[in-house]
Amino acid sequence: MLDVFKFFGKEEASSKDVAKERLKLVLVHDRTNCSENFLEMVKGDLLNVISDYMEIDESGLDIKITKTKRNDEKVMPALVANIPIKKMKNR
Amino acid sequence: MGEVLVITSGKGGVGKTTTTANIGSSLAMLGKKVVVIDADIGLRNLDVVLGLENRIVYDIVDVVEGVCRLKQALIRDKRFEGLYLLPAAQTKEKTAISPEQMQKLCNELKEMYDYVLVDCPAGIEQGFKNAIAGANKAIVVTTPEISAVRDADRIIGLLEASELRNPSLIINRIRIDMVKKGDMMNIEDMTDILAIDLLGIVPDDEYIVISTNKGEPAVKDDASMAGRAFRNIARRIIGEDVPFMELDINEGFMARLAKLFGLNK
Repeated sequence: MLDVFKFFGKEEASSKDVAKERLKLVLVHDRTNCSENFLEMVKGDLLNVISDYMEIDESGLDIKITKTKRNDEKVMPALVANIPIKKMKNR
Repeated sequence: MGEVLVITSGKGGVGKTTTTANIGSSLAMLGKKVVVIDADIGLRNLDVVLGLENRIVYDIVDVVEGVCRLKQALIRDKRFEGLYLLPAAQTKEKTAISPEQMQKLCNELKEMYDYVLVDCPAGIEQGFKNAIAGANKAIVVTTPEISAVRDADRIIGLLEASELRNPSLIINRIRIDMVKKGDMMNIEDMTDILAIDLLGIVPDDEYIVISTNKGEPAVKDDASMAGRAFRNIARRIIGEDVPFMELDINEGFMARLAKLFGLNK
């Protein structure tokens, strides 16, 4: 059944869609690299917000832009932050 | 006072020089006074595309260094009234000109001409910085390839960082047969990603190769699809409202026949 669809070119992503997806991902990276302090700014703001709630290990903080697969198998750019918690603040 | 437009792309080989030559000629055909500047020092090419290579005496570096007066270096194109070329130097380095000198030169030229078109070299280094230094507006040329669009995106970022905001986009060498099969990004795919205004769409056209062989801009020939697209772009530049070209027209025998007899719009 699948082969029939393939034959009619319906099921398989067309090569231009592949190109567009790849391009989008590569541009996320390129664009953030354009402004060097972009990630630093995000990092600073994240720290400010989170430190109200918990004590964190700033030296172990890692933040980057990568890609992630969503439930529908679409690949999306994602901001991934790895923030080690020292202890929670009592509120 | 005239306008200085820089034609740039980042990636090489997408058709900057062909675009510059054809828009320049079209603007002249529309009655404008135009000078095209070849800013690709060391890799001079605009002269051969325009078929003016045998008439070069002085070049842009001679002007900047004061070896000759500006007017002495400008080559008048006898086929297009009002079109002039300021050729690049072939034996000098990109550093032979500074952005400040380029700016001064462009300011001088826009007093004398309606349009100053600067053909930017590929890359993002000194040659690019020189080429954009005197510009009021930028035109970014790309092709429907992932590498060209990526570089175009980078160039748009750099232009904006240099206060050249709102550049416009020309998509060159599009093949409608491949777009239909889903094997080439379409116009919307690219305008979505780059998010700048579209100035024109130029179909892939064998005639460009032939016209470059001869050193005659394609805009002179009514049968050339690309030539027609470049004429439309020139009309948009002078402020006319020209709809984007229907690219389906070169399909099928009847359409080709109609084209042959000049029956299509």
